Parts: sequence; structure tokens; C-alpha cells
Amino acid sequence: MIKKEMIAMLLAGGQGSRLGVLTSKMAKPAVSFGGKYRIIDFPLSNCINSGIDTVGVLTQYQPLKLNTHIGIGIPWDLDRNIGGVTVLPPYEKSGNSEWYTGTANAIFQNLEYMENYNPDYVLILSGDHIYKMDYEVMLDFHKESGAEVTIASMPVPIEEASRFGIVIADEKKKITDFEEKPENPRSNLASMGIYIFNWKTLKEALIAKADQPALDFGKHVIPYCFEKGAPMYTYEFNGYWKDVGTLSSYWEANMELIDIVPEFNLYEEYWKIYTKSDILPPQYIASNSVVERSIIGEGSEIYGQVYNSVIGCGVVIGEGTVVRNSIIMNQTQVGSNCIVEKAIIDEYVQIGDNVELGTMEEKENDTKPGIYNHGLVTIGEKSIIPSDVKIGKNSVVSGVTDSNDYPDGILDSGKTLIKAGE
Amino acid sequence: MRALGIILAGGNSKRMKELSHKRAISAMPVAGSYRSIDFTLSNMTNSHIQKVAVITQYNSRSLHEHLNSSKWWDFGRKQGGLYTFTPTVTPDNSNWYRGTAESIYQNILFLKRSHEPYVVIANGDCVYKMDYNKVLEYHIAKKADITVVVKDMPADAEIERYGTVKMNEDFRIEEFEEKPMVVKSTTVSCGIYVIRRRQLIELLEKCAEEGRYDFVQDILIRYKDVKRIYGYKINSYWRNIASVEDYYGTNMDFLKPEIRNYFFKQHPDVYSKVDDLPPAKYNPGAQVKNSLISSGCIVNGTVENSILFKQVFVGNNCYIKNSIILNDVYLGDNTHIENCIVESRDTIRANSYHVGENGIKVVVEKNERYVL
Repeated sequence: MIKKEMIAMLLAGGQGSRLGVLTSKMAKPAVSFGGKYRIIDFPLSNCINSGIDTVGVLTQYQPLKLNTHIGIGIPWDLDRNIGGVTVLPPYEKSGNSEWYTGTANAIFQNLEYMENYNPDYVLILSGDHIYKMDYEVMLDFHKESGAEVTIASMPVPIEEASRFGIVIADEKKKITDFEEKPENPRSNLASMGIYIFNWKTLKEALIAKADQPALDFGKHVIPYCFEKGAPMYTYEFNGYWKDVGTLSSYWEANMELIDIVPEFNLYEEYWKIYTKSDILPPQYIASNSVVERSIIGEGSEIYGQVYNSVIGCGVVIGEGTVVRNSIIMNQTQVGSNCIVEKAIIDEYVQIGDNVELGTMEEKENDTKPGIYNHGLVTIGEKSIIPSDVKIGKNSVVSGVTDSNDYPDGILDSGKTLIKAGE
Repeated sequence: MRALGIILAGGNSKRMKELSHKRAISAMPVAGSYRSIDFTLSNMTNSHIQKVAVITQYNSRSLHEHLNSSKWWDFGRKQGGLYTFTPTVTPDNSNWYRGTAESIYQNILFLKRSHEPYVVIANGDCVYKMDYNKVLEYHIAKKADITVVVKDMPADAEIERYGTVKMNEDFRIEEFEEKPMVVKSTTVSCGIYVIRRRQLIELLEKCAEEGRYDFVQDILIRYKDVKRIYGYKINSYWRNIASVEDYYGTNMDFLKPEIRNYFFKQHPDVYSKVDDLPPAKYNPGAQVKNSLISSGCIVNGTVENSILFKQVFVGNNCYIKNSIILNDVYLGDNTHIENCIVESRDTIRANSYHVGENGIKVVVEKNERYVL
């Protein structure tokens, strides 16, 4: 008989539109992070390190990259005879078929998957945070406190608390109230979007609220359980936890990895982060190159200068090129004598010679200033940038571009150049 | 493919000096991220060989650790897959493998129970890329009994440590000498053979009856006038690593762009066990020139013309030149290493000084890393 004490359901179907062109072709959990990883590697590694060997990954938006990355779960040792990792996309039903309309709706549509494993507890995770967390400790807390629902939360500075969903708890961590983005927060415990439910409680709640449109955990399921009087506790987490939902927070989180002793340390033997590695060879640093305060992935070749940057796998940086404060993802090629300042360059991008990124005076982005800001240059996946052009700050380029797209060889700061071309 | 693979990985060589104290040559780390045997294993999988036996004997712990899962080379199969054979005691036999031929003979049931018509035999201590299908096609076209892959070596190579061959204009091998005292030919055997499975079984059984154990001496040399033994000449990169000098030289070859390109970028890839290490990290003070750096390394000092294998820590103000630092070595501050090979998992205390004066020095210190 199949029996798993706790299984995890990992919500990985969201677009993450605030990451701009980085998520135009892939779901946010599939976006590269820290040179060789993808964001989903962190919750998946946490699962296996916490002893959870059954993980359902709910996909919807642009799942191809995510599917190929996860495969049958080999990199995380989640290739199991029973359990392991299962990708769960929305599917057609004999009655009314629908997409996943909300976080809890996605879980509701997969009740049968969870039922198969006969679990006592279900862990709900989202695939868009960078952290290391032992879910088993959280489960111990859940059992000891006698909770039916446990919400992980972490203390944030009180002046920032109004940006989060806040939980208010008594001294035993029993939740007494919730506030969504409150103006005058009564607590500084921000919900991390990580929940442990007793299976019976979850199932009952999902079925009871099944007809709610866009069924969401934070908006519907948690309030439903709370009103019903189910004991709810909050598990306080004090480690590193970073939301990488915006380009600037994504850039910052990457930059934190290159500190001498980073707060989020990937070099510890304990609690390793696993990922699918397609490229194995060592990296080559050429005779005339300089590499300082940077991390670089496998198989990259550096002929130029790299400072304060996160470089992925299989990247080539040409001779005479200077890269500063930038993120360059897997398999991207940068020509020679380029200047790259504070740029986020996605995978498989080709940049010609004598290109300058992020050198001109800063201007606000003309189409989406809420996304492309902080002086960052963002280049989308598989873009081609011709030689001898300058691209300004807060600008975005995506697709195959040629010199005609750059009048006088310039794309001014704040401009958006998105072309379809393959 | 219509062949199964046998990898002879049991050997040892005095020429490896201290480096073979810890492991068989086939398990030697090569080119930063690989082990020697990865090249032959990858060649086999890339040639679509479905079933491979690795025969081990000498100091095989490290090798078996490396082969703990067959999935890295795509040998995690229901049909075929990866087999490792070590000597075992049976009611009829309590000997170690006394030679290459006997090592296969002791596992002859593996051959008898297979159905592939041909066998590719290769060693695990050479660095090369090869499509064995090409050798097999040649073998069939020549109607050969055994095909031996051969290569012309430069005159300054240590030819005395190879088997040398002389071939007629049809490439049939007429002379074969193992480790000759006087070098008469610079064409050497690469230790890669193609042979029909039934032919191999027959030859091995005959050898065993006669109390002969060595594949080269007792099969290739002894039968060279009776059987049709052909040479298949290659011009591509091939290098045996079984001496300290050749091991060092082979690794240093990877600093050349054309060699790196050939192995790392051109199809097909070389596979290895994945270690889940973070990207290499360069802290302020790092100065790296013309070097290969593997994942998990943390560099604080100067590294020139060197290869750092996985998880090497280079302390502040270190100076490393023309050296190979094997996996998981910790180099304390102000350490000077030049013309050396530093053995894996070692801890070199701060302010150490190691220079290979006449040739390459093998550094083995065996210090404790953490003093409590």
C-alpha cells in the first residue's frame, strides 16, 4: 500500500510578468539564477534535503523549459519508483475543462494526484523564492502545535511590512488575525506563501470552496479555514529568503552571491542545491583576462575582464570586453571590445563586437517603467545584437535585431526594442 | 551497435608514482571535471554500444565510487547497461586476474550469454574521442580476425612503454612488440581492439588451457602470423596518461584552444558523474591567467598556466604556476606551488613552498584539514 507522510505541491505555473522579457518564453521558476541554477532548483532541493520524495509540480505558463529541466527528476534524486517528481499541467475533463484559475484551484484540480499517495500532510510551495529551508522542522512544529494549517512566516522590518501579507499571532504562535498589505501593520511577520495542511483539512476546504472563481490560498482557502475555526499556527523562519519577483530584486539577489562570505552560501557541504547540468567542462580563463569578485559557471571561456558579475555556463566573453555588475546566463556569447554595465542578459544571446550596454545617461523606460528600472539593461533570450551599437539604461532588447534597428548605432536609455524573429 | 564493450581498468603503473597509491589509473582525474575512464565510457555510449563491462582489480575503490551509477553515461538501461567485474573467489578459481586475457576469461560467461556478434575491448587510461563503429566497419571490410587501433607517435615520446607494431601496405600487422628494449617502429598500439565475440571466446579458452594470461603477449603477438590482425590507424588526438609526465602533459594539453575545442565543444560530448558543485568563485585578489578552473573552486590568489580540479580553495596571496591541483585541495595563504601535481583532498598549510625542480613534483602532504 502506498503511504507518504507528507507530499509537496509546488506551484510553478505563473508567468512572473515583472521579470519582463526574462519570462516571455519561460515560466518564472525556470529562470536562471546564480550562474548555473534555475529558481525552481531551490524549492526542489529543499524538498529532497528535507526528506520529501513526492513532489507535484503544477505548470501552466510556458512549461517547455521547466519540463525539460525537471525531466524525471534525476538531478534532485526525485526519480523514484513510487512518488518522485510529477509534472502536473492542466488537463481536459469530461465536464467543464478549465485552466488553473488560481493557486488553490490548481491544487483542487489535482486532488486525485494527492489522494494516490494517501498523505497525512500536504506542503504547498511556490517556485519563485531563493532560500534554504528544512520543511521537516516545519512539519515537526506543525505536529507539536496541533495545527491543522501552518503558515511559514518571516520577520521583516516593520516599515516594509505594509508590502506583505501579515500574520498576527499570540506568544504560542497561534494565528489570531491576518492583514493583507496593511497600512498600519500590527505585526512584522510576513507570510512566505509556504503552507502545511492536514490533508483532510485541505481536501475539505478545496471541495467546499470549489465553485469560487480564481480560487486562491491567501484570499479564499486560508480565510475559509480560519473562519471555520481550524487551529492555525505560524512557523517563524529566520534564514535567508529572497523574493526575486522583480528585475531589480532578481539582480540584487544574484549580486549577493559574489560577496566574500555570501549570506546565502552555496559553498556549504550541508544543504546542497542540485540542478540539471548540461555542461561539464571546466571554465577557461585566458592570459589577458581579469576576473574579480565574480562567480562563473562550467565551460565558460573568459578572454576579457569580468568584475562583480554572475556568469552562467558555456558563456564566452571576448577579448577586450569589460563586464561589470552584470548577470550573463548560460550559453550567451559576448564579442570583443564590448562594455557591459549593469545588464541582465538571458540565455543564448549573441552580442557582436564593440557593443556598449548601459553606458549612457539614465532615462525612464518608455513602455513599462515599473518593470525596466534601476538603470538595468535587459536582453531577452536568444536575442541577437549587432556589432557597433550602444544600448542605454532602463532599456530592453529582445529578438533578432540588426543595425537598422539602431538609428546612428544607438538605442537610447529607456527604449524598448522587442522583435519577434526566431 | 552490433558490439558489446569491455573496458580494462584494472591496471596500475609504477610510472604514476604516488598518484597510484590512491586509485587505479582509470580513475585518475583528467581535464578538471573528468576521470580518465569517462573518455572511453563516453566513446562507447556515443558509438551506441548498449552493454559495457568494466573490469577492475587494482585499487578500485575510487573507480567504483565513480561508477556508482550508470546513468551519467546513459547506461541506466533495462537492456544491457554497465557491469563492473572484480576478481571473485569461486569453487574453481581463487586467483586474482593474472593478466588482461585472464581478466576477461574469468568473466567469460558474460561473453557467452551475450548475443552481440562483436566485442570492442578498450582500456580506461587513455584520453581520446572515437567512433568504434568506424573501426568495426574497417574490421569487417578487411575480413580481419582482430583489429588493433594504432597511432604514429612523435619520435620523442616514451615509446618503450607502449606496444609497437609494423604493418604491411595492406595494414596487416606483421610485427608486434610489447614494451620494446630497442624501438624499431614509432607506430604504437592504442590498446583498443575489435574482435568477433566467438573468436574471442575461442582464443581465451585456448589461452586458459595453456596457462597463458596476457592479451597482448599471448594472443596478439602469439597469433599474429596465424590470425589476420589488422591495424586501424588514427590521426586524431589520443594520449595515454599512465606516467606522471604523460598525465601532466595530457592535462596541460587542455590549455590549448584546439584541444579544448575538440573535446569540449565538438560533437559528441564527453560525459561524467555530476557532482552538484556551485559555480567557481573569484574573490578580490584573484588573478587567473591561462588556466582551467572547475566548479566549486574558490580563488583568492594567483593562478597561472594551471588546472584547478573541482572544489579547490586557493588562499590569499598564493602563487600557483604550471601546476595541477586535484579535487578538493585546500591551499593555505601565501603558498607557492610551481611545476607540481598536488594530490586530491590534501590540505597544504599556509606559507608552504613546493617547486618541481627537475620535472614534475607530486605533492602529497596528508595534513588534517580541520584541527579541533
